[in-house]
Amino acid sequence: MLQSYVPILILLVLATGFALISILLATFIGPRHPNTRKLSPYESGMTPIGPAMRRYPVRFYLVAVLFILFDIEIIFFFPWALIFRQLGFFGLVEIMVFILILLVGYAYVWKKGALDWE
Amino acid sequence: MIEFLIEAVIKSAIIVLVLLTSFAYITWLERKVLARMQARIGPNRAAPFGLLLPLADGIKLIFKEDTTPLEADKFVYLLAPILAAVPAFIIFAVIPIGDTITLFGRTITLYLTDLNVGLLFIFSITSIGVYGIALAGWSSSNKYALLGGLRATAQMISYELPFSLSVVGVLMMVGSFSLVDIVKAQNSIWFVILQPVAFVIFMICAAAEVNRSPFDLPEAEQELTAGYHTEYSGMKFALFYAAEYIKIVAMSALAVVLFFGGWQGPPIPLIGSIPIIWFVIKVFIFLFAFIWVRATLPRFRYDQLMSLGWKVLLPLALANVVITAIAIVLRDLR
Repeated sequence: MLQSYVPILILLVLATGFALISILLATFIGPRHPNTRKLSPYESGMTPIGPAMRRYPVRFYLVAVLFILFDIEIIFFFPWALIFRQLGFFGLVEIMVFILILLVGYAYVWKKGALDWE
Repeated sequence: MIEFLIEAVIKSAIIVLVLLTSFAYITWLERKVLARMQARIGPNRAAPFGLLLPLADGIKLIFKEDTTPLEADKFVYLLAPILAAVPAFIIFAVIPIGDTITLFGRTITLYLTDLNVGLLFIFSITSIGVYGIALAGWSSSNKYALLGGLRATAQMISYELPFSLSVVGVLMMVGSFSLVDIVKAQNSIWFVILQPVAFVIFMICAAAEVNRSPFDLPEAEQELTAGYHTEYSGMKFALFYAAEYIKIVAMSALAVVLFFGGWQGPPIPLIGSIPIIWFVIKVFIFLFAFIWVRATLPRFRYDQLMSLGWKVLLPLALANVVITAIAIVLRDLR
C-alpha cells in the first residue's frame, strides 16, 4: 500500500531539484552589483518610512481561527461521504444533526459580525 | 521493483517537463488572447506569432540580478518560492490523464500513482502552497509584500472551505477518493449535470485559490505594487509565476476529472480515439475560460470577496451537500 506513495516521492525530488537548480543557476549566471539603495525595501521610490513589520488588522487572525474551526468540521464530511451509500437513511439523519450543530455556531459567528470585513 | 522505479522516474520527468512547457506557453496564450480581446496584436516579434517569446523570457530571467533585501530573512526568503512552486507540481502525481496504454508490450497507466485518498491528497498539497505565499510576504520586510501575503493567505484559507465542501456531493455519488474511480463513475453521465451548483462553487473557489482575476487582490497593482512577490527578482520571481500558472492547469485538470468525465469522450472522426486527446481538449477549454474571465471581469473589493466566500458560497455548498444527500437516499429507497 505504501508503495503507491513512492512515485510521489520521486516527483517531489525532481520538482524540488528543478526549483533549487534554477535558483542556483540564476545566482551564478546573473550579475551581482548590490548597493544599499538597491537592497532597501521597495516603497514606490521613497526612503522606507518606519519598519515593515507593523501591526496589522486583527481580522486576519479572526479569519484564521474561524478557518480552523470550520475546516475541522468540514473534514468530518469526507469519511461520511465515502460510506454514505452504505449508511443510507441513518447516515442522512446523523449528518442532519451534525449540520444543525454546525449551523448554530455559524449563525452565532455571523450575528457577532465576525464575517463582516468593514 | 526496479522496473517500477524506472517507470516512476520517467513519468515524473515527463510531468515536470510537460508542466514547465505548458507554463511557458500558457503565458504566451494568455498574452495573445488578452491582446485579441482588447483589439491589440500581442507578442509578434520573436519568431512567427511570437512563439519563441516564452523562451526569450526564460533566458532573460536567468540572466537577471537576483537581489535579496538587506532586512529580509535570508533563509525564509529563499525557501518561499520553492514552497510555492513544488506543491503545484506534486498535484499532478494523482491526476489521471488517461486509463492505460500498451507501449512496447508493456501496459502503462497514464497516471503517476492512484492513491486511495487521491482527492484528500490534492487538498492537503494545495494547502501547502499557502505557506509559500505567506512566508514570501513575511520574509521580504516590505509593507506591500506583507499586506499582499496576508491578503492572499486570508483569501485562500477562506475559499478552501467551500472548495472542499463542493466536492462532497461528487464523493457521495462515487464512494471513493480515488480520482481514477471518480472518472470511471462518470461513464454514463458527467457530474456537471448531476452537480451543477457544486461545479459553479468549485470554479469560483478555484479562481480564488490560485489568486486569479477577478480574485487577484493579493497582486492588486494599484494598491500593492505586486503583492507578496514585490521584492523578488530573477528566477525566484519566475518560480512564483510558474506556481501560479501550473496551479491554473491543475485546477482545470481537477475540474475536468471531477465534473467533466476526465479522459472519457466519443471517438473523434478521422483521427480515431487517441488516449489522452479528450483530456487535453477539455483542460484547454478551461484554460481559455480562465483567460477569458480575466479579460472580462473587474477585480472584487476585499470586503465583497470575504462576504462572498463566507456568507454565500459556504452556506450554498452546505445546502448542496444536504440536497444531494436527500436525493441519493430517496433514490436508493425506491
